[in-house]
Formats: sequence, structure tokens, C-alpha cells
Amino acid sequence: MIHTVAVLLENKPGALTRITSMFARRNYNIESLAVGPTERHDVSRVTLRVDCAGQSLEQIEKQMHKLVNVLRVVELPPGESIERELALLRVAAPPNARAELMALGEVFGAKVVDLGPDSIVFELTGPPEDVDSFEELVRPHGLQELVRTGRIGLNRPSRTSAKRDRRHVLV
Amino acid sequence: MSAAKKRMNGADAVLRSLEAEGVDTVFGLPGGAILPTYDAFARGTTVRHVLARHEQGAGHMAEGYARASGRTGVALATSGPGATNLVTPIADAWMDSTPLVCITGQVRSHLIGTDAFQECDITGITIPIVKHSWLVQDVEEIPHAIKAAFHVASTGRCGPVLVDIPRDIQEAEFDFSYPDDVSLPGWKPPRRGHPRQTAAAAQAVAAAERPILYVGGGVLNAHATDELLKLAETARLPVVTTLMGKSGFPETHELHVGWPGMHGPKWSNWALNKADLIVAVGARFDDRVTGKLSAFAPGATVVHLDIDAAEISKIRHADVPVVGPLKSVLADLAKALATAAVPGKTEPWLRQIAEWREQFPLRYGETRPGDLMKPQPVFEMLQEMTSSRDDVIWTTGVGQHQMWAMQYLLCDRPRTFITSGGLGTMGYGIPAAVGAKAARPDATVVCIDGDGCFQMTQQELATSVLENLPIVVVIVNNGYLGMVRQWQDMFFEERFSQIHLTHSVPDYAKLAEAYGALGFTAESESEVADALEEALASGRTAVVDARVDPREHCFPMIPAGAAALDLVEFDDTQNEVTA
Repeated sequence: MIHTVAVLLENKPGALTRITSMFARRNYNIESLAVGPTERHDVSRVTLRVDCAGQSLEQIEKQMHKLVNVLRVVELPPGESIERELALLRVAAPPNARAELMALGEVFGAKVVDLGPDSIVFELTGPPEDVDSFEELVRPHGLQELVRTGRIGLNRPSRTSAKRDRRHVLV
Repeated sequence: MSAAKKRMNGADAVLRSLEAEGVDTVFGLPGGAILPTYDAFARGTTVRHVLARHEQGAGHMAEGYARASGRTGVALATSGPGATNLVTPIADAWMDSTPLVCITGQVRSHLIGTDAFQECDITGITIPIVKHSWLVQDVEEIPHAIKAAFHVASTGRCGPVLVDIPRDIQEAEFDFSYPDDVSLPGWKPPRRGHPRQTAAAAQAVAAAERPILYVGGGVLNAHATDELLKLAETARLPVVTTLMGKSGFPETHELHVGWPGMHGPKWSNWALNKADLIVAVGARFDDRVTGKLSAFAPGATVVHLDIDAAEISKIRHADVPVVGPLKSVLADLAKALATAAVPGKTEPWLRQIAEWREQFPLRYGETRPGDLMKPQPVFEMLQEMTSSRDDVIWTTGVGQHQMWAMQYLLCDRPRTFITSGGLGTMGYGIPAAVGAKAARPDATVVCIDGDGCFQMTQQELATSVLENLPIVVVIVNNGYLGMVRQWQDMFFEERFSQIHLTHSVPDYAKLAEAYGALGFTAESESEVADALEEALASGRTAVVDARVDPREHCFPMIPAGAAALDLVEFDDTQNEVTA
């Protein structure tokens, strides 16, 4: 089963490597990873998608907690969290296909960020499942280049039970 | 801040920091990138520097020092190859949770990343085998990095850390003061076991018919051997100690029932595997203890006491986990059981284990005329000669001799059996003995070594002699890589491959003499006895080359992947097999 985990990390050199190295060494499989700044300049946030086939999520979380730079580990359970991903897609778009592609983009709320003689670049932000769907729909038109950020997420304050949140707060 | 600021360079700050940590001895070897720090030694410090002949030796010495003293060991090396030579001791300390601070020189800051002479990314290389590491980027960081390094190495589950300091930062000047505490917001080891969990553990122990304490090295790291003894005696619980836990519980005590695992006696393995309750105390259900996991102690409920939450249910599900420092957890548990334990309840179980002990003693064959002696009598002699002494510390290499040492040498005092368990580092014994002697100058330190192990770190005999850290090395010399020979014999249809070292090259006694040590060659039991007597009484560094029968296997043995209850015992017919 794949879980999404948010890790708050001291913003120090090599801190991210310590996490990825631990995953590699313990044979945990990372599906995606996004890292960036947070509301605190000295703290980064990593959002990890991790395949827990061989190991319990609890064991993975505990191993992360042992890393000195790791401040907090929070699971983002499906349904209790907001997850988003950004994708840029360059799709083949000869003049006769443009209208259909742009209509498709509109349905998903994708922005056209560049238009060339033979291709369009879409920018799409949304739940990762929407990005998956859009990707599949434009693929038959000729998906020339695709880049996705990997998902980021936050727990929903409206649905997160206080109990679950406490369990993960170690700092 | 604990002291007024004083102007100095980074190298002096390293030594002032070590002094502030109460470090009395460090082990190392100088080189280019750490020259300024060695210059600081020359200018004066209260810290003793023991000059090793190889950085791996320095690292194992620091480990031996830590394991004999219960304090953090310190190793120093230069950049590049000096630092990579520390990788094996760091990995060893990682596997065995030995508190170790390694300080390495690094090339000048502006050269980092340029493939400069003797540059290597040692913080990168060691990421998987350290608790944490610091690449110091400003001289102002030195006191904080060293304070944090000692704190992380010795709190929570102990282990190795590394501080890498570029040469220009050792030379830069700043106003030094040593911090009183560290700011590590992500490092919060548990401070107390949960009272409700401790109560549940006490209840489980009180309810059990066949409980057993399965004790690992954690009890020694936690300085909790008194509390363990109190717990065992309060509830009359039998105790098995793992290789790492050996000497954590007095081995001549009636409640000590041996050592579990691959070469543990049958009665010890039966006691652990037929228990209905296992209380794991700072132990991690290593594969060398459990054998085939699905067949390990199938009827046992598990109470797991550990400082490291990640060990709980990592290998074997823990029915009652208690995460916290063992000293207080064991004391709390003993206190709870003082009232909860049912008097006499475990006596039938203790009698059963005692029966197994009678029924399945350690056995080996007679030495046949014309053959070299068996190895086991060497250990029996050592045990006999030292049983009335309270000053002996044993270290070992890795292999058959290590397993016989576990079986035959009885340790009643904590920190008297120092060995490489998790990593299984051949060559650990001699440098670890030198380090132990530095930590405990009053002790008689005896390294039980194999001929293979000896040849991996023999150069540290020079350190032993010249630093006045005398040790006795007993080489159980079978002329082979003995444990490999045993496996090839048992599991590879006797196809012996690349294991023959010979009994006589090198001539170990002459080699010892070349180093300024005493050397003895012994080929019979009486020669061994005489040599050991003389070596132990000499107060000098001495090497006893005890030449033994290479065909002897170490039994009992749980073949890798087999169930612990299916261990293979000594077979009386094996003596008739000719080599």
C-alpha cells in the first residue's frame, strides 16, 4: 500500500540525503518526493509517497524519527488531507487539433502557458488523480514532454482527528 | 556559556572541547589535513593521544575504550584514506551501538569538491552508518559541533558520529567558549518508559509459567546491570545473554542460563525457544539469535524493553513494548514485580532448564595421539586460570575462537567481554584490547584471537608495546580461516576454498618478539598452560601461539536459516573422520 507522508526537516546541508539514504538502505521504495521551504526559513518540508509493501508505515516513520535533522513526521491519510501536484505538458498541436486540446484543458482548468506552431504547453495544478486523467486524455494527441512535481499535501483541519495528529507530533 | 571567551584557533578549540567533555584519551594517526590539530596536541593538552599504526586500529581502540569504560570513545584521522580507514570501525560501532566520536581532517574549504589531494566525501560515505555527522563550515561551529557530537553519540541508543573539519577551519581564529547545552530540536530520546506499559509488562511476567529474560548489549550501554540483577532475583527469572549482552549479568549466577543463538548451548536455546514469555531487554532479535524467524519461540508472548522505538516489532512482534531508558524501566519493573510476582512460580521452569543443562552439556572429542590438541582445552585453561581473578577483560576477533570464548569464558562483571557482534569484524580483538587497557589500566586485558584475525590488525602490537598498554594475545591458531572451513565442510561438501593460512607462517612468537613483546609457541596442553601462566604474570605485551587441530568444529550450531530448536550438536563419530 502506498502512503503519503509529510516530513518536517531542519534546513541543513545533507538533511534530505540522510532521508533518501535511509530509505535506500532499508529497502523502502519511494514513489515520489517533493521538497521545498515552509513558513519557517529554517525548516523544509518533504512530501514522500512511499510503498509500504514490505514494511509497516510505523517502522518507516520510526526510522525517520531517529534522524537528527527530522523534526516531525505526519501521515497524510487519504480523505483527511489535501493533496496537489503541478504538471507541465507539451502536447503536439497542429492547427487542426488545437481547438479540441484547448477545450480539454479548459475542462481540467489547465492553463495554456505557451503556444508554438506545432505544440502547446499546458500547466495543470490539481489533485494528482486529475493530473493522471489529463495526462491520459492528451497522450493520444502526442505527449512530447511531461514533468510533474510530485505531490505535496496538508492535513485538512476540518477532518483531521486531534488524536491522529498528536500521535505523530514528536517535537 | 560555561567559560569566558578566549581567542584561539579551531585546532585548539577541538582540544579545549575534548577537555571540556572530560575526554582523557583519544586514539589516532596524523596526516596532512589534520596537522593543525596535531600541532595543538604538541602545544599542550590534558588529553592523552595514543598513536595507532592504522586508522582502523585507532577506531577499534576507541570502541574497546568505550566498551570497557562505558564512556564515549574518540578516534582521530586525517582526510581521504585516513577517514576511509575509519569506515569499518564506524560501521562496527553502528551495528553494536558503541558510543564513538570520530574527528577527521578535511581538505581546505575552497578545495572541497575539486578532487583535491586526499579529498574524500567522508560525511557522504558514512551517512548510512552514523547517527549523525557534521561537516564544520565555520570555526565558530566547532564547540557546538563537538558538544552535539558527544551528546548524540551517548544518548538514546548509543552509536557513532563523525565531525569533519577542513584544515583552514582548524587554523582560523575565533573567540572560544564551550556551550553548556546543545540545541538539537530533532533529537529527543525517550526519557521514561510509560508507566502503563511497565505495569502491563509486570502483569505479563507475573502471569507467565516459563518466562525468560533475553538480554542484549543495551543493558550495558544503559549502565543498568544492577537493575537487571535486581529484576531477575526479585521475580526469579532465568537470564540468557546474547553475544553483545555477555557480561551484563553475572555468568556464575544460578539464574544465568547461557547464551542463545547460532553457537549457543542447546539448553540455552531450548530455554529461550520453549519459554511462554520472553522479556527482551535491549536486544534486537538478530538473525544469529533467532535462526528461522517463523520457528523462533513460537509459544512466547513478547515483552520488549528498549530505548529505540524502531526496534519494537521490527523483527518480532512485541505484545507489550516499553520504550525508555533501561535503567529506570528495569527498576520500575522490578519494583512492580516485588509485589506482583508469585513466589515460587518459576521454580519448576528453572528446574526444567537445569535438567536440560545436565542433559546437554558442551561436548568435544578427545585429542587423539599424534594430532594437534583440540581448541576447547585452551579456553578451559583460561577460564580455570582466571576464575578467581576480578581484573580480567576479554576481547575477541570473529570466528570459531569467538564462539568458544562465548561458551567457555564466564564473565561475572560488566564490560569484561568486548567483541564485534553485529558487523562481525575480523581483526577487532587486538586494537579493542589496547583501547580497553587504556580505559582500564588496572585490568588484565586478554585478546582471544584467531590466526586469520591476528593478521588483520597485528600491527597494533607496536602500539601496545610503545604506548605501555600491555595486553595478552592468545592466538587459537588452527592454520585456517576456521569458521569458513567449518561452513565449507558442513555446507559445501568439504570443498575447501582459499582458507589455508598454515600454522607456521608467520612465526607468531618471532613476530611478537620483533615488536618487542613476549612470544610463545605452544603445541600441547602443558605448553599452553605454561605459556599462559607466564604471559599473564609478565605484565608485558605477550603473544601465545596455541596451535590447535584445524578439523574441530564449533558446536552446537544452528545452521543458517534453520529453526533454533533444530540445532546440530557435537557428533561423537566425527573424530573418526580423517582430514
